[in-house]
Amino acid sequence: MIEATYSSSSALLIAKGIGKRFGGLSALDQVSLSIPSGSIYGLIGPNGAGKTTLFNVLTGIYRADEGTFELDGRSLTHCRSDQICTLGIARTFQNIRLFGNMTAIENVMVGRHVRTHSGILGAILRLPSQRTEEQAMITRAQELLNFVGIGQHANQVARQLPYGDQRRLEIARALATDPKLLALDEPAAGMNDTETATLGRLLQKIKESGVTILLIEHDVKLVMGLCDRVAVLEYGRLIAEGKPANVKNDPRVIAAYLGTEVS
Amino acid sequence: MKSKVWLGLLSLALIIALPFGTDLILGRSWVRLLDFALLYAMLALGLNIVVGYAGLLDLGYVAFYAVGAYLYAMLASPHLGMHWPLWALLPMGALVAASFGALLGAPTLGLRGDYLAIVTMGFGEIIRIFLRNLNVTNGPAGIDLIDPIQIGGFSFGANHSLLGWDLPGIYSYYFLFIILTALIILISHRLSDSRIGRAWSAIREDEIAAKSSGLNTRHLKLMAFAMGAAFGGVSGVLFAGFQGFISPESFTMGESIMILCMVVLGGMGHISGVIMGAILLAILPEAFRPLSQFQQATFGHVWLDPANLRMLMFAIALIVVMIIRPEGLWPSPVHRRELHANDSEAGSSQKAAL
Ligand SMILES: Nc1ncnc2c1ncn2[C@@H]1O[C@H](COP(=O)(O)OP(=O)(O)OP(=O)(O)O)[C@@H](O)[C@H]1O
Ligand SMILES: [Mg+2]
Repeated sequence: MIEATYSSSSALLIAKGIGKRFGGLSALDQVSLSIPSGSIYGLIGPNGAGKTTLFNVLTGIYRADEGTFELDGRSLTHCRSDQICTLGIARTFQNIRLFGNMTAIENVMVGRHVRTHSGILGAILRLPSQRTEEQAMITRAQELLNFVGIGQHANQVARQLPYGDQRRLEIARALATDPKLLALDEPAAGMNDTETATLGRLLQKIKESGVTILLIEHDVKLVMGLCDRVAVLEYGRLIAEGKPANVKNDPRVIAAYLGTEVS
Repeated sequence: MKSKVWLGLLSLALIIALPFGTDLILGRSWVRLLDFALLYAMLALGLNIVVGYAGLLDLGYVAFYAVGAYLYAMLASPHLGMHWPLWALLPMGALVAASFGALLGAPTLGLRGDYLAIVTMGFGEIIRIFLRNLNVTNGPAGIDLIDPIQIGGFSFGANHSLLGWDLPGIYSYYFLFIILTALIILISHRLSDSRIGRAWSAIREDEIAAKSSGLNTRHLKLMAFAMGAAFGGVSGVLFAGFQGFISPESFTMGESIMILCMVVLGGMGHISGVIMGAILLAILPEAFRPLSQFQQATFGHVWLDPANLRMLMFAIALIVVMIIRPEGLWPSPVHRRELHANDSEAGSSQKAAL
């Protein structure tokens, strides 16, 4: 078994011995990770390796059968999804899950919910504090849409956006929660080369703004070019972890996954 | 801008003239019917918060109507010898019903769709059965001689006169109900266009994405239940004072379903649509009444009891509307899009698995 070797002081997320079974199938088996603060951390592996399952565990959608994980020293193992988001992990989905019939900007404003406060009474009475907050939410949401590059589509219905824009909208919605860790599940899926290159630059910008990224991606070029470290899953087990240059030369990885794709 | 002001003034004039015109043309019983239509509009707007905004199917909503009505009936009638004023009972009705809403909502939080519908239906029936069997609610006999609504020295039950018009209570109630309906419309509108309203929409659209975006769905669902129930409680208080007599039989499951039909038929989530649905369904039965006279006159016998006929027509109308316009007669743009999501698919299968 491979274990990441980091002093916990520089690690943002630490997962220890995560296990998850579906009936007889062991989707995750003793997975331990340590994601350094401020990095882009790649998670790769063949189809069905358990990457999405790990995301679902880390974001509280599934409960781990074994193991623990913590963010910034705070244990999240038993937290609900919304608590995990509040504490700093935001995510996107492999199969885009937007609020399809709401507009792009409304989607991002929902992401702001967790950092804002006005309640029912404020809404009914239209208190000044509520109005200022609402205005601030709109401004921030528009900024985020601009940041991911779809500012001109703010008032378009999410479901009607082109595919690539929907992926970017999901990123904007996740960023709206002010995450410490942004977990992206195959954000480049279905994108062409130009869109993928733009996405790569966007991820770099997000990293520079101080957000750590956990990235599941099949596009090897993107992963190798972008990530500071990479972990490789196969059949629910971590088979390699380290700098992209080292990982891609690891014989087990080549055998398991990269094969002929990397020369 | 100016045309908007004129439009507003015109609507206001129409609303004020409506009961007088109705009285002149259709008769007094129709003014009473208008009052009931307004009560239903308030109820439907309350249920719309739960069903239309938050997407939670509630089939026991009439329980909150009952809670409001019984609260007023017990605290403003000879039954317990108490005669509390409206200004105390109206907010109390809202508050107590809201507490019941949260209380009954809490155990259902994990449920969705059919399961939620069945459990809420059960809760509705439980409340009714309690009302039938408790002494303090006077059992199946119900509570009689409830005080008419009174504000200051003005009694809404009494006859008044204005400029030579003789105004029975049904007129005063009409204006009271109009004001409260307007208030409920304003609240509904402000809620839908707020942080909480957007969160409700998000839960309705995709609960997992909502949770992962940090929404505390339990909290938000309870808020929707409580808020909807509060409107139901207010309507109940008004109903008890208006009617003067209530019994458990006013609060059957059929009534819950009727209110749900108003919401669905008019257009879930859309304030104007819901009001239209409520008024249509409240008035429709009365419109069938002449049919029995017609049968009597032509066949010398009433073949089809109008009460049954009306349920039949009602069912047919509902089925036809749901086939032709599943989004309701007057839907909100968002709900129209939801129900036609598959017609012009741009974003493909986004709600498949995780
Ligand atoms: N809810 C579930 N119930 C049963 N089995 C599941 C469930 N979710 C995932 N699995 C199984 O767990 C294994 C890992 O799936 P997962 O979706 O995590 O793979 P992945 O690495 O994300 O693959 P891909 O690259 O295709 O997205 C697969 O065999 C999958 O069939
Ligand atoms: Mg996956």
